[in-house]
Amino acid sequence: MLKGHVHSMETFGTVDGPGIRFVLFMQGCLLKCKYCHNPDTWGLNEGIEMSVEDVLAEIEPYLPYYRSSGGGLTVSGGEPTLQHAFVTRLFQEVKRRWNLHTALDTNGFNDPDKIRELLLNSDLVLLDLKHIDEKKHILLTGKSNERTLRLARWLSDHQRPVWIRHVYVPGIHHEEDDLVALGQYVCTLACVEKFEILPFHQLGIHKWEALGRAYPLKDVDSPSEEEIQRAYSLIHKGSRLSLKPIDVW
Amino acid sequence: MSLMKTDVQNQNPGWRSFKPGKWSRSVDVNHFIALNMTPYEGTAAFLSPPTASTQKLWDIVSDLTRKEREAGGVLDVDVKTPSSILSHRPGYLKQELEQIVGVQTDEPFKRSIQPFGGIRMMVDACQAYGFQIPQSVIDMFTHIRKTHNQGVFDVYTSEMKAARRAGIITGLPDAYGRGRIIGDYRRAALYGVDFLIQDKERELSSLEVDNMDEEIIRLREEIAEQIAALRELKTMAAEHGYDISKPADNAKEAFQWLYFAYLAAIKEQNGAAMSLGRVSSFLDIYIQRDLKEGTLTEEAAQELVDHFVMKLRIVKFLRTPDYNELFSGDPTWVTESIGGMSLDGKTRVTKNSFRFLHTLYNLGPAPEPNLTVLWSEKLPENFKQYCAKVSIETSSIQYENDDLMRPIYGEDYGIACCVSAMKIGKQMQFFGARANLAKALLYAINGGRDEVSGDQVGPEYPAITDDELNYDEVMHRFSPMMEWLAKLYMNTLNVIHYMHDKYAYERLEMALHDRDVIRTMACGIAGLSVAADSLSAIKYARVKPVRTKSGIAVDFEIDGDYPCYGNNDDRVDQIAVELVETFMGMLRKHKAYRGAVPTQSVLTITSNVVYGKKTGTTPDGRKAGEPFAPGANPMHGRDQKGALASLTSVAKLPYEHSLDGISNTFSIVPKALGKEEPARIRNLVSMLDGYFGSRGHHLNVNVFHREQLMDAMEHPEKYPQLTIRVSGYAVNFIKLTREQQLDVMNRTFHGSM
Repeated sequence: MLKGHVHSMETFGTVDGPGIRFVLFMQGCLLKCKYCHNPDTWGLNEGIEMSVEDVLAEIEPYLPYYRSSGGGLTVSGGEPTLQHAFVTRLFQEVKRRWNLHTALDTNGFNDPDKIRELLLNSDLVLLDLKHIDEKKHILLTGKSNERTLRLARWLSDHQRPVWIRHVYVPGIHHEEDDLVALGQYVCTLACVEKFEILPFHQLGIHKWEALGRAYPLKDVDSPSEEEIQRAYSLIHKGSRLSLKPIDVW
Repeated sequence: MSLMKTDVQNQNPGWRSFKPGKWSRSVDVNHFIALNMTPYEGTAAFLSPPTASTQKLWDIVSDLTRKEREAGGVLDVDVKTPSSILSHRPGYLKQELEQIVGVQTDEPFKRSIQPFGGIRMMVDACQAYGFQIPQSVIDMFTHIRKTHNQGVFDVYTSEMKAARRAGIITGLPDAYGRGRIIGDYRRAALYGVDFLIQDKERELSSLEVDNMDEEIIRLREEIAEQIAALRELKTMAAEHGYDISKPADNAKEAFQWLYFAYLAAIKEQNGAAMSLGRVSSFLDIYIQRDLKEGTLTEEAAQELVDHFVMKLRIVKFLRTPDYNELFSGDPTWVTESIGGMSLDGKTRVTKNSFRFLHTLYNLGPAPEPNLTVLWSEKLPENFKQYCAKVSIETSSIQYENDDLMRPIYGEDYGIACCVSAMKIGKQMQFFGARANLAKALLYAINGGRDEVSGDQVGPEYPAITDDELNYDEVMHRFSPMMEWLAKLYMNTLNVIHYMHDKYAYERLEMALHDRDVIRTMACGIAGLSVAADSLSAIKYARVKPVRTKSGIAVDFEIDGDYPCYGNNDDRVDQIAVELVETFMGMLRKHKAYRGAVPTQSVLTITSNVVYGKKTGTTPDGRKAGEPFAPGANPMHGRDQKGALASLTSVAKLPYEHSLDGISNTFSIVPKALGKEEPARIRNLVSMLDGYFGSRGHHLNVNVFHREQLMDAMEHPEKYPQLTIRVSGYAVNFIKLTREQQLDVMNRTFHGSM
């Protein structure tokens, strides 16, 4: 039987997509982001083994909350596309049984053609764009951003609704050129409904310590409100340079 | 019909333009409301800011509050004059500014002594705050006038005393007023006091029967007392310059008449909870009439509400620090029930429902009055959203499930104290505090010996001597121990309420009830989640007791995982459900005083800290002395699957077996409700709809950060009005003991990492 490796679940998620959501955190990720606040989700083949039916049984008691708030199911991680067959089946089932809204929270580090079915069953993709500059992306995550950008293009070509999310770490994301370029780039995509900066925070540190890993951003502070506003305005500046500025931000 | 209408209007100018009906012939406030109220489905946009007078008065109150805090919690006490309806001359904040007048003594913030419940409590309370009751008053209530407390201790058996000392039955109202009785204070405004006296005189003559047995004699004496209290109420109002013998003529009078009736009740009784009932939509009828007649503006209407609520905020009782340890933060439970639906499907939300909640902005957040929204899925959407907004911004509201209670109590019930529903003016309860189920489980393991003192408190059943606890064996021992506890508990409550009726009868509150009231014997349980998790550990993990030389289990070694209550896992949630049903079934076997119907609550108020202190280490891994979870909450930090799983576990507890209420306190950080305000409001509304739709009974909603509480602990002066919901009521955070503050902070905050 098809089984998934699940890290944990949250019955009352309100920040990963619209409304109140069941958030399923899948186990396993290939990126090693320095700011990751869930490094315990990295390892592959760890976590709890669950069938699609097991997960459905966890969701079912809370359907009234998800329906009345315009919420649904978000699968996050870890990186959920690593277990795309499982997540696809799960999304198909929650749609078939309950017509529930589905959101995929992904870093985009996968081949869109391979996970095509999953993307087509996701009503919303929360795409985590770690860095617009390829070299800095490699420094930050250990991998190139080429696959992520290709997946973004695929979603755009297929008119799939997307929220772009961008963690902002002082000293890593602050360069004016990068932020302007990011704004320009996002405007080239169709169906971006929302763009969010997620300010870096130190709350993941205890997990790194618990895993016996050195936390690379130990001495980095959270960005100030002004710094975030500056980042937004530079991204806006980039978007105005583009041919097709978007106004949803 | 038109003849009758003219007739009514001639008789009572105060009833002009009201739609008459059976309420105009006999006391029936609910019918009056049903015929005359104006449901409101609109938004909060109509609300007015505070007037200059309101601000000036609130400055006076804030200043007195600061002085009281600096004085150590009590500003002044009139030690010489036992409080009664007529004991003190009128007092004022600043008379020329006050729309609604009257305080409990001749000065605001001056407390009175109320010794009918027990003189010892008064002496100790005065001493604790640096005051001294004259010996003559102590002698009066020791040798001449017997108190409730004296009566109870004359009759208590040695077993009752031992159980009380050990804390297996605790928080009993045997040394103070029992409270939790709601007078229908609206009657004073609608009918005027003369009508009510005539009504009571009719009741008295209806009891001129052939067989004068004890029951009839007692009731006749009580009604005679009620009539005397109503006469005193009239005199008290007259001393303030008001004649309340006739119905109130306008909104201002309606607020004032109603408040006088409430004031008389709190001058006479310092019951643990002196709840107000359900007055806001009733009062709205008067405001609507004045607005229509052009004699009142919206601004003036809000001023009436603000001034009335201000008076409710400064209700003060004299209590010992011990008592405050049990019921933190000096609560008075001036509970006001707001909203709900009518039986015919119309909402009982009016503009005044909004105005009452709006006082949390005009006067700032506050724990009192205990604003309780009766939530129905069918409440107007605008009202739901306003409630959610106020909760998010003030953490000062609690919610109770109208769709669950309305079929049982009808459309005109109110909440007494935290979660106790009762038909207003038709039903009362005998407040019974609670029995400690976690300790009872330890008694079952230890053969009735107390794990803290080693004394044989419970019956000497065989102790469990196995190296590893076996679930069936433990249940086999637990059941007779609970049977013993239920019987002892009921008998203890019977003693208490017999004596309270005899020595501290609530004359004025009962004068605002019908002659024949429904009585419930409101038992309760504490430590439900501890007991359920302990049994789950015994069933699903391996639990080995660590025993002292004398064989008492004082610690437990737990090997393996077990499902914890609060994760929507039926393996343990059903244990909790069974405990509630089983104990209720056992309580029902016993005869309650005065034909009362036994009920129970799952509610600890803030005494979860005190009960925990008195209870040894439990098989779930909770260490000796650590607090219990409050009410029906899962134990702190054990609810791991997020808010909805936690709520769903609690909603499984059967209300039909816990009719006195099931309290759940929910704390969440703002950002965990959503990113922007509209999303937060929508999500909270959905959460409330979902929880109550799944038959949850009660929810306290707190929205703040743990860091804010930490700062308030260090800098209380910065947070004079920081209000948090604890367990069926709200407190000023800075008035809690340090231990209780830490307990609140250790509770599960949903959404914090």
